[in-house]
Amino acid sequence: MFQILMTLLIFIIIVIPIGMYMYRIATYQKTFADPVLNRLDNGIFKVCGIDPQNGMGWKKYVLSLVLTNAFMVFVGYIILRIQFLPIFNPNGISGMEESLSFNTIISFMTNTNLQHYAGESGLSYLSQMSVITFMMFTSAASGYAACVAFVRGLAGKDKKNMGNFYVDLVRVTTRILLPLSIIVTLLLVWQGVPQNLSQNVTVKTLEGTMQDIAMGPIAALESIKHIGTNGGGFLGANSSTPLENPTIISNIIELLSMMILPGACVIMFGKMVRDRKSSNNVPNAIKARKSLFGREGRTVFVAMSIIFLIGLFVCYYAEMAGNPALVNAGLSQSMGNMEGKEVRFGVSQSALFTTVTTSFTTGTVNNMHDTLTPLGGMIPLLHMMLNLVFGGKGVGLMNMIMYVILTVFICGLMIGRTPEYLGKKIEGKEMKLTALCIIIHPLLILAFSAIAVATKSGLAGITNEGFHGLSQVLYEYSSSAANNGSGFEGLADNTLFWNITTGLAMFFGRYLSIVIQLAIAGSIMRKQFVNESAGTLRTDTTTFTIALVLIVYIFAGLTFFPVLSLGPVAEHLTLWG
Amino acid sequence: MSKSKKGNFITGKILTSAIKGAFVKLNPLYMIKNPVMFVVELGFFITLLLSIFPSIFGDNSGNLGAYNIIVCVVLFITVLFANFAESVAEGRGKAQAESLKKTQKDTKARLLSEDGSETIISSSELKKGDIVMVYAGELIPNDGEVIEGIASVDESAITGESAPVVRESGGDFCSVTGGTTVVSDWLKIRITSNPGDSFLDHMIALVEGASRKKTPNEIALNTLLVSLTIIFMIVIVTLYPIGVYSGVQLPISTLIALAVCLIPTTIGGLLSAIGIAGMDRVTRFNVIAMSGKAVEACGDVDTMILDKTGTITFGNRLAADFLPVKGIDKQSLIEAAVMASVYDETPEGKSTVELGRKLGIKIPELRKDVVIIEFTAQTRMSGINLPNGTKIRKGASEAIAEYVKQQGGIIPDDLKKQVDEVSTLGGTPLTVCSDNRILGVIYLKDTVKPGMRERFDRLRAIGIKTIMCTGDNPLTAATIASEAGVDDFIAECKPEDKIDVIKREQGKGKIVAMTGDGTNDAPALAQANVGIAMNSGTTAAKEAANMVDLDSDPTKILEVVEIGKQMLITRGSLTTFSIANDIAKYFAIIPAMFMLGIPQLKVLNIMNLSTQYSAILSALIFNAIIIPCLIPLAMKGVKYRPMSSSKMLIRNLLIYGLGGIITPFVGIKIIDLIIAPLLSLIGL
Repeated sequence: MFQILMTLLIFIIIVIPIGMYMYRIATYQKTFADPVLNRLDNGIFKVCGIDPQNGMGWKKYVLSLVLTNAFMVFVGYIILRIQFLPIFNPNGISGMEESLSFNTIISFMTNTNLQHYAGESGLSYLSQMSVITFMMFTSAASGYAACVAFVRGLAGKDKKNMGNFYVDLVRVTTRILLPLSIIVTLLLVWQGVPQNLSQNVTVKTLEGTMQDIAMGPIAALESIKHIGTNGGGFLGANSSTPLENPTIISNIIELLSMMILPGACVIMFGKMVRDRKSSNNVPNAIKARKSLFGREGRTVFVAMSIIFLIGLFVCYYAEMAGNPALVNAGLSQSMGNMEGKEVRFGVSQSALFTTVTTSFTTGTVNNMHDTLTPLGGMIPLLHMMLNLVFGGKGVGLMNMIMYVILTVFICGLMIGRTPEYLGKKIEGKEMKLTALCIIIHPLLILAFSAIAVATKSGLAGITNEGFHGLSQVLYEYSSSAANNGSGFEGLADNTLFWNITTGLAMFFGRYLSIVIQLAIAGSIMRKQFVNESAGTLRTDTTTFTIALVLIVYIFAGLTFFPVLSLGPVAEHLTLWG
Repeated sequence: MSKSKKGNFITGKILTSAIKGAFVKLNPLYMIKNPVMFVVELGFFITLLLSIFPSIFGDNSGNLGAYNIIVCVVLFITVLFANFAESVAEGRGKAQAESLKKTQKDTKARLLSEDGSETIISSSELKKGDIVMVYAGELIPNDGEVIEGIASVDESAITGESAPVVRESGGDFCSVTGGTTVVSDWLKIRITSNPGDSFLDHMIALVEGASRKKTPNEIALNTLLVSLTIIFMIVIVTLYPIGVYSGVQLPISTLIALAVCLIPTTIGGLLSAIGIAGMDRVTRFNVIAMSGKAVEACGDVDTMILDKTGTITFGNRLAADFLPVKGIDKQSLIEAAVMASVYDETPEGKSTVELGRKLGIKIPELRKDVVIIEFTAQTRMSGINLPNGTKIRKGASEAIAEYVKQQGGIIPDDLKKQVDEVSTLGGTPLTVCSDNRILGVIYLKDTVKPGMRERFDRLRAIGIKTIMCTGDNPLTAATIASEAGVDDFIAECKPEDKIDVIKREQGKGKIVAMTGDGTNDAPALAQANVGIAMNSGTTAAKEAANMVDLDSDPTKILEVVEIGKQMLITRGSLTTFSIANDIAKYFAIIPAMFMLGIPQLKVLNIMNLSTQYSAILSALIFNAIIIPCLIPLAMKGVKYRPMSSSKMLIRNLLIYGLGGIITPFVGIKIIDLIIAPLLSLIGL
């Protein structure tokens, strides 16, 4: 418990300055690193023929994003198919099969990092570096760029210009992702994570058997894996292996690196959007706080935190309660449910990691989610179904704003105003797009799950009978649609059916949402600011925050109530019944 | 059409027509306009099929026949209830339209041809531009403009106001409405609308709801409801195979029941009724809204532009004091003032005499040998010439000063001081002179209507800024403004100034409402987001506005704004209620659905409902009867009290959010207790 609180405390302390830094980058303000980085950026712009002054409307922005991503997918796919060539391939890995390559390349481009392969046996070092690690940067930068453009639209300071996608992509990479990754890589190396290009080492173990110890550029991948909320491990067992995550300290470093940027995005949002014009008689103390957080950002941050903490609490207590079946078998559960957990992390670090990795949609794991208690496993499932508890880089914020718009609409009516948010009217067009955006997520998860449990090829992948099998299926598609990428594991998922369906879920989950959300921002951007008065719905109050949390639970949560009750809830009741 | 018609929201007649309407609206072509209820109707058709052929979709578990029939019947009733709600709302409008239509009887019109001869034709043959004569006792055949004559007209058919009003050519009182009666004298009228297109026709169409268009906000809300419906349909459709996987074969009718319970039928069924009722409430205030959009915009009003005279003050300036100039004793000023006013029938004149009487002046008797000087806009004074040659005048101080100078008199030094003093106090100074001697000033006071300050406080509480427009000088305007408690004022305001103010406010993103009556108000009325024209006003003003106040009471804009807000609040509250209900329905139906296959799930049956059938049916029945239970609320609107937005949000969230979560738990349990024994009788 103490470790959990300490980690969250450190998070709060560092998220604010990073958020301010991101705000300065998003708004092209001066930062300390400009003298060096401006030259680097301008060099890149010159080489690529980008005119940084050239702003884009939302359509052009989206098109640039999609085309750039499509190009990377194309190149990446080819590399995966020809990785058998002896370039950075000391372990002699063969080329990847078609449907798996399709799944893998979509998975990494969409920032999902769902892995239907094991890294140590399925990828050459060339693929690890030029496809996996490369896409971990670019997919994160794409998501962040979309988020910045989205927030610029909401802020509506400019009626046409959402910024330049290429400029955002480059600046995010050079100013945020690269520097942070270098720092984190060094920290991880300090904790003992390998970073080399050597062949796997075969050692004789204490028991006298021979074992291959994986080598390679692990630390570099490990840092961006978390910073970019990617989650795809270098090795199959991901952050639960000592090679990726050796100590408690490395665990906390990894936790913080996946939390920091999604959290900072919210701070950036708060700083960028129009603040409610507070009257002049506000005491200075409040003003000072405002300048740290941004009042609108605070609402979103607090709402996300509430949902996060509720989830963490349930997960932690469910795990601490242990497994009654094991108690009956004579095993002590006084340390909680330790099945599938690393002894060096224990229940609290594991529960925290599980909740964080699904809330911040990273998808890295430091314990097996498949062996969580049913309710403990329901939390990561639920948070991916919500997909807005901080969420992946930028995207979680955008999803949360969809629910903010929904809440604004309903609450606005309840005080007798047609709805407005951030000084702009929310009208039919925005509602239509918001509604569409909200439908996509449950549609992808439920429809694909239904297909999986109703078809032979789907059923073939399910390794557990009954309720737990359903949880596996739901988890796989939630993880795909939310671009999370963590696996419940235990699903035999490297088949044509699973590769294609999850690939599609990841693709639509990512791009449809981004296109629609940028369209909403584009529409809001063009609107005239409306007057704010005492009669305007205030979105920076506790009441609104609570309403927002309830709307999220009722709209997003209740949609999944029937399947959750057939999956984890039924399993829990059976276990404890 | 009088205000006393509030109160009972339903009468026997409306009830019968509403029941009939509920069935007529079952037509799927009509239902599809309301997607939420259309889904329910679709569910009804499917369960109807299942009632007749229980195993058509492969279900053949036990006693499904009776169960299917009950689900089918409840769904049918749900649709009927929703249609009924809409019909009731329309019925109330229709009842009003009926009374309007009575005045629209086909009348005879005296068409005046160019050579001056009259031909009698039917009023329905009158075209725009025709000129007709109307004599005392006759109905005015269609809307028009008086081009000659002056007459009193009984407009009670339209306004419900029994006192006749004067209509004359020129100025702001030249417009007449078809269906009203000339009581005295005659009018020559140029018809301004084609048959079927008159003001009355529009009104009838509006209150009947025939020309009702969905408002922007209604469309947006509808989008939300449809998307919720789609989400729940996804949930239901995918639940079937997932259920099969989990070892539970779900009967189709149960899935339909769950779907209908989850989709927002409560608000879906009442949405159009709320809109119609909102318009209706405005109509009951004797305000005709040209569109629902206008009523909705009312809820968003940020700034209200109000004329001082008539709206904020009575407009009748009444004598409050006499202020003699130096060297004149008060007594002689009062005597002269009273003498000048004895024959003056204006409120100013009457009140001067009245005040004089109070101060102990003997009122001179009326005599025939005096010459009365009427007030004209040119001279800006009135008065009396006595038989002894004394000429007494009262009027605007500059006019009197000029008059006295012409007579060779001098202007006392302290006159300006007196005049300014009165102006500062918000009064109008009326200078009195006798021949070439200025005696002093009558202090006419413009009285602020009682309760205005409280009203403006209420408006301020809900964030509406009030701007007073007046032709008065800045000093007077400031005084009245502070007395009435308006936020801002524009003194020496010309009609063009109004439109500038509106544009300026709109430029700041504000929604502006204003009232007006004169033709020169028309551009401003058109520019304002909410323009309310007085029925007494000109046709131009009425056409430019998006609402017309039949009582010509400018203060009603305040109520209309509140009605607009109330309509939005009602929509929002019922939406919240409807969505919050889903929690309880889930807890009723989910355990019931799966209890047989997965007995462990009975823990979720927190309401402890008796059997799976009674649980599902209780939820479904609750879902149906909540609609008629909420009809009165939808018709009357959620109670509205002005308060800050945060307070109001908390209040409504507690009542409709929390209430919406708790109510169905109680309701479903009660229904379960009632129907469980009945169901066991038929073997369910």
